[in-house]
Amino acid sequence: MRTLSNTARRMLSAPYALWSLLFILAPMLFVVYYAFTDKSGAFSLDNIKGLTGYAGVFGRSVWYSVAATVICFIIAYPLALCLAGMRERTQRTLIMLIMLPMWMSFLIRTYAWLCLLQDQGIVNGVLERINLPRIHMINTPGAVILGMVYNYLPYMIVPLYNVLSKLDKSLLEASHDLGANSAQSLMRVTLPLSLPGIASGITMVFVPSISTFYISQKMSTNNISMIGDVIESQFITAYNYNMGAAISLVLMVLILVSMMVMRRFTDSDGEVVV
Amino acid sequence: MKKIFSVCLCLVITLLGFAACAPKEEDKIVRVLNLGEYIADGSDELMDVLAEFEKRTGISCEYSTVPNNEALYAKLKGGGVDYDVIVTSDYMLERMIDENMLQKLNYSKITNWGNIYDKYKKPSFDPRQQYTVPYNVGMVGLIYNSAKVTTPPTSWNALWNPQYAGKILMFNNPRDTFAIAQSLLGYSFNTTDRDEWTAAAQKIKDQKPVRYGFVDDEIFDKMQNNETYLAPWYAGDFYTMAEINPDLRFVYPKEGVNSFIDSFAILSDAKNVGAAHKFIDFMLEPDVALANAEYLCYASPNKTVVENTGYTWYEDEILYPSEGKYPKTEDFKNLPQDVLDLMNTLWDEVKR
Amino acid sequence: MSREGKTKRSILPSGAEHRLLREKSRSSARALRQIPTVYVALVFLFLYAPMLVMIVFSFNGQNSTAVMDWNLSFRWYNEFFSNRELLRAVRNTLVLALLSSAIATVIGTAAAVALDAWKKNLTRGAVLAVTDIPMMAPDIVTGISMMLLFVFAGGLLGQRAILGFSTILIAHVTFCLPYVILSVLPRLRQTDRHLTEAAQDLGCTPAQAFIKVTLPNVLSAILTGALMAFTLSLDDFVISYFTTGSSFQTLPIAIYSMTRRPVKPTIFALSTLILVGIFVLLLLINAAQARSDKKLQGAKK
Repeated sequence: MRTLSNTARRMLSAPYALWSLLFILAPMLFVVYYAFTDKSGAFSLDNIKGLTGYAGVFGRSVWYSVAATVICFIIAYPLALCLAGMRERTQRTLIMLIMLPMWMSFLIRTYAWLCLLQDQGIVNGVLERINLPRIHMINTPGAVILGMVYNYLPYMIVPLYNVLSKLDKSLLEASHDLGANSAQSLMRVTLPLSLPGIASGITMVFVPSISTFYISQKMSTNNISMIGDVIESQFITAYNYNMGAAISLVLMVLILVSMMVMRRFTDSDGEVVV
Repeated sequence: MKKIFSVCLCLVITLLGFAACAPKEEDKIVRVLNLGEYIADGSDELMDVLAEFEKRTGISCEYSTVPNNEALYAKLKGGGVDYDVIVTSDYMLERMIDENMLQKLNYSKITNWGNIYDKYKKPSFDPRQQYTVPYNVGMVGLIYNSAKVTTPPTSWNALWNPQYAGKILMFNNPRDTFAIAQSLLGYSFNTTDRDEWTAAAQKIKDQKPVRYGFVDDEIFDKMQNNETYLAPWYAGDFYTMAEINPDLRFVYPKEGVNSFIDSFAILSDAKNVGAAHKFIDFMLEPDVALANAEYLCYASPNKTVVENTGYTWYEDEILYPSEGKYPKTEDFKNLPQDVLDLMNTLWDEVKR
Repeated sequence: MSREGKTKRSILPSGAEHRLLREKSRSSARALRQIPTVYVALVFLFLYAPMLVMIVFSFNGQNSTAVMDWNLSFRWYNEFFSNRELLRAVRNTLVLALLSSAIATVIGTAAAVALDAWKKNLTRGAVLAVTDIPMMAPDIVTGISMMLLFVFAGGLLGQRAILGFSTILIAHVTFCLPYVILSVLPRLRQTDRHLTEAAQDLGCTPAQAFIKVTLPNVLSAILTGALMAFTLSLDDFVISYFTTGSSFQTLPIAIYSMTRRPVKPTIFALSTLILVGIFVLLLLINAAQARSDKKLQGAKK
């Protein structure tokens, strides 16, 4: 507002506004349509009513994805702090290296994790070599959460790093001059100032985690179904668009609500941070 | 606002339309939709079948893959696509014929039709032989690790044996998995009795304490490195596994097994019908069929392959059991929609 | 899992300790100073462990991704280079990722700038809510709903086979857009508005002020946004699967379709090639930067 004229702003947002109208909003109408109709196309609430059977799967998905998000944050925040303290060229290189594994298909990455975690896998082989007991890791909730953490960790690191690397260092100096110790500066200055990055990071990890489908299937050998798996099987195996759309709709509402709650907590001035 | 919206939609879509219009001459191209890794691709020193097709006929080939029959159906039903030839299994073909998705073939254009054994002609899903041409045939059986499972199993019951708890695999698709429970319970695979389906689902649920998981292609790794000991799978793939792990053995359980025929068909709205016929005909050529049979390790319905003494699996007892050793088999038929819905619901419950 | 979780948690306070060192620079315990490096190394070990597995198995002499025979073999590399369909899929995937991330970056950055300047009101909130949709919707829903839209549009136009390159491109741009905006907007909020105002007071037009002051400030965020878009596009399977037609198959679709027979080490060979290729590129960029840094220093002297 302060630096852009109204016209300029409109011009800049026009392509995106148009794009989102055509390709984001319009397709959603189809989802809503299918969720509230039956196979013959008549209005019906049966799909929504049928969802009660999936309460357990919903609960599990929420729980796993919250766990994955928290673990990602715990790993990523100190890492982003470490990175921000390094030489700029090192920072750039390391950020690229963090994204690099993501350029291999996630199908392949998950496959490779199986090789590591199986009962006869590499990790257990190493454990046996050094005379430690084998650990049963595959097919456990832990394995599924590990898969999600691995796949979405970079999406937590990058926004955190983005914000932390641009943090105004003079603010920290000021807090020291005013007598705060490092822990206090971290809690009172760094953390609050990095809230927009935290919000972005949480969004980018939580949302794909809760709707993930392939990772849970592979890491649990199809023993643990997540809501994404159910949606996939409704749309593809069962060819039931109506049920699939209904589950998706509820999932999206669930995500929307959790995002709103998260924003309450992360953004003190109440403004929406994307 | 509404006006602007509709004008823009039309504009973008028109642009799309132009872009989508590939000005390819008819019958100079054929668009094929196949299951994944289901054609010889030039590896293992075998023919690259698609490249060879282009070379011999001058028709270019656009080739895409799907993970399974259900995904293929979903892709085609979704619309917006223009495939000519598809490869899918018996029960799915029956469904697609019922729904008028396939067109009648002109068998006189398929010059190699005579290469197909008569016993594979007029199958139950295409009783008047109008729509399909068989590609591969096969049966399901039980693979076990003879070093760990010391008494050779003869029954599907082995998959419920608590002695091998945590070492047992199952198919990751409802049709094949329920079929195992159904053969144990003495039901038909194509039963429409809802109680029988529920009982079969219960049987699968009972397996949970001893089951490692439901697998697709992961079965290869897990059986090869002794992660698991017992698994049902398609006969031909057993050889791929045994190549790495020589302890593996194969048996057709006595209760009966599913036998399947995967076939070619041409979609009713195919644009390149002539090229599509040529593609199917090409796939029946002796050398092409041999390359595919060698690469896939599935049984071939093609005389020129089966009777070729140079063929790796010539007179193989698993792929081509002799008369007396032939297992009890049943085909999958297309199930009525309400039974399909029930099966999918039960499958969801089993996996939940 | 549990082991790794533990190591990470025990190292957690290192960030705080690290700051203690940097800000106060009183303690000279060398071990403490190493903690950030060790921590970064551990995270990288976690990130690269599967990559190592992949590289090792790509040299397997046997047709297996489970049993290794330890005879160095280039068999799978040869097979990859002679596999026409796979090469074509790789090319398609790269073209798609480059184009879609470029388009998404341009549109997304423009949108972020506009949103940043926007007064807090209902319209802005609505636009932001819409931005969230592609991120909130499970991929398969995005994929199927877009397919339904395209097929519907195809019906209007009498264009039956509408699915193809253009539709998959539109779909990829759509799901990349929010990530670009997400990356750029927070950085814009962080940049000091007074600077732009000062530039304007000194006679810059808003456009000049944007190019000379704001853009350099947010450039790295734009680049990370673009990078993220590129990465997402490379990786996407489900949306591509539903929005593409017969003419355009991508690598993830090809890999995902391999459910009947095992994933061959060929795919591992391909991934190793990509990994090494990008790695070399990175080293080159880094070296070039180091040289220009030195030049700069020399000039200063």
